[in-house]
Amino acid sequence: MAPLMAILKRDLALAYRQRAELMQPMMFFILVISLFPLSVGPEPKTLQLIGPGVIWVAAILSSLLGLERLFRDDFQDGSLEQLMLSSTPLPAAVLVKVLAHWLTSILPLIILSPLLALFLHLSEPMYWALLKTLLLGTPLLSLIGAIAVGLTVGLNRGGVLLALLLLPVFIPLLIFATSAVESASMQLQYTAQLAIIGAMFLFSLALAPFAIAYALRVSQN
Amino acid sequence: MAVLSVTNLSVVKRDRLLFEKLNFAVELGGLLYVKGQNGAGKTSLLRVLAGLVDADSGEVCFSQQNIRDCRETYHKNLVYFGHKLGVNQTLSAVENLQYWCNQHQVVVSLETIFSTLAQLNLVGLEDIPVANLSAGQQRRVALARFWFKQDAKLWILDEPFTALDTQGIELLSRQITKFLSVGGAVVMTSHQQLQLDYPKDELTLEYRI
Repeated sequence: MAPLMAILKRDLALAYRQRAELMQPMMFFILVISLFPLSVGPEPKTLQLIGPGVIWVAAILSSLLGLERLFRDDFQDGSLEQLMLSSTPLPAAVLVKVLAHWLTSILPLIILSPLLALFLHLSEPMYWALLKTLLLGTPLLSLIGAIAVGLTVGLNRGGVLLALLLLPVFIPLLIFATSAVESASMQLQYTAQLAIIGAMFLFSLALAPFAIAYALRVSQN
Repeated sequence: MAVLSVTNLSVVKRDRLLFEKLNFAVELGGLLYVKGQNGAGKTSLLRVLAGLVDADSGEVCFSQQNIRDCRETYHKNLVYFGHKLGVNQTLSAVENLQYWCNQHQVVVSLETIFSTLAQLNLVGLEDIPVANLSAGQQRRVALARFWFKQDAKLWILDEPFTALDTQGIELLSRQITKFLSVGGAVVMTSHQQLQLDYPKDELTLEYRI
């Protein structure tokens, strides 16, 4: 356990020291969402209609912006090689790194979300549904995203490629998440959608660490 | 007893055969010095030996066991020093080394880290981000690992003397000789003339087209 705690502590300390870089996706998230009321107009009905989708699309796009940080520096300075040559199992180590990434670059987005829900006139039940889908769905973004980062980290400048690889994969998540919020807006049950997102999350939690570890090993070639 | 033995090893990189059917063994207390031109495949060989990259054919064995089957024990007994230093630029020297020791389950006190850094001539630079150090100093930070992992049996060093000054080269050479004399095995490459006062085996890789 000690080596895993050391990774978590190091990644959190690094994130704190590079907070300017961490702020950028967050600012992007706020700015993109604030563009919608300005461009579509302040009509509450329209905003409520597009709101959940806008927040989710913005969350996906801004999580893509910060995703590369996950392994880029470690790959370039050789820390990743040293991590692979330690006796810590690589899948466990990458899972901790993904957790640190989620805590530092995605959790802040979720904390900001009430403010943005206000921008988009989301009603209270809608907001709660949105929050639940974000809490269950965003770890999925980090886990699946990390596989793609692992694959592209050796290429340098994988930025756009990363988006092209990942955006199609996130479509099911987007559909279920926005449909949950839509059901909430009509005072309907949305446990089914949450259950599906939860299942996707658990599935990726079980398998993604091994895929990430494998992708990173391939990138060493 | 052979710490590391290699049988029929071949590596192909970007459709170019770097070497084929390579056979050698490194005994306890043995030093293998890998020579060859730029591009001959020295780094690729060392990365295969360390287990970072898989060979195209042949096998690498640690104490008669394929390293793929005993990855954990092998890496417990190995210190690898490659072209990439494995030192984070934002963290300080002490933080980097503490992290590395934790990672490799080496128990080292803070005092030992400070005194080793002092030995490596890095007094007063322990707490500033590594990015602010010179290239040679950054290498010294990474080299401190060779002072910590006491129970390792094998060191793999890829061009360890690059960017080091004469005093640094001497310090590292002495540490390598010390390690060899207590029964460790070393595989290394270097373009500098080796000033080690120790018998060595040589392996020359030819550049192939």
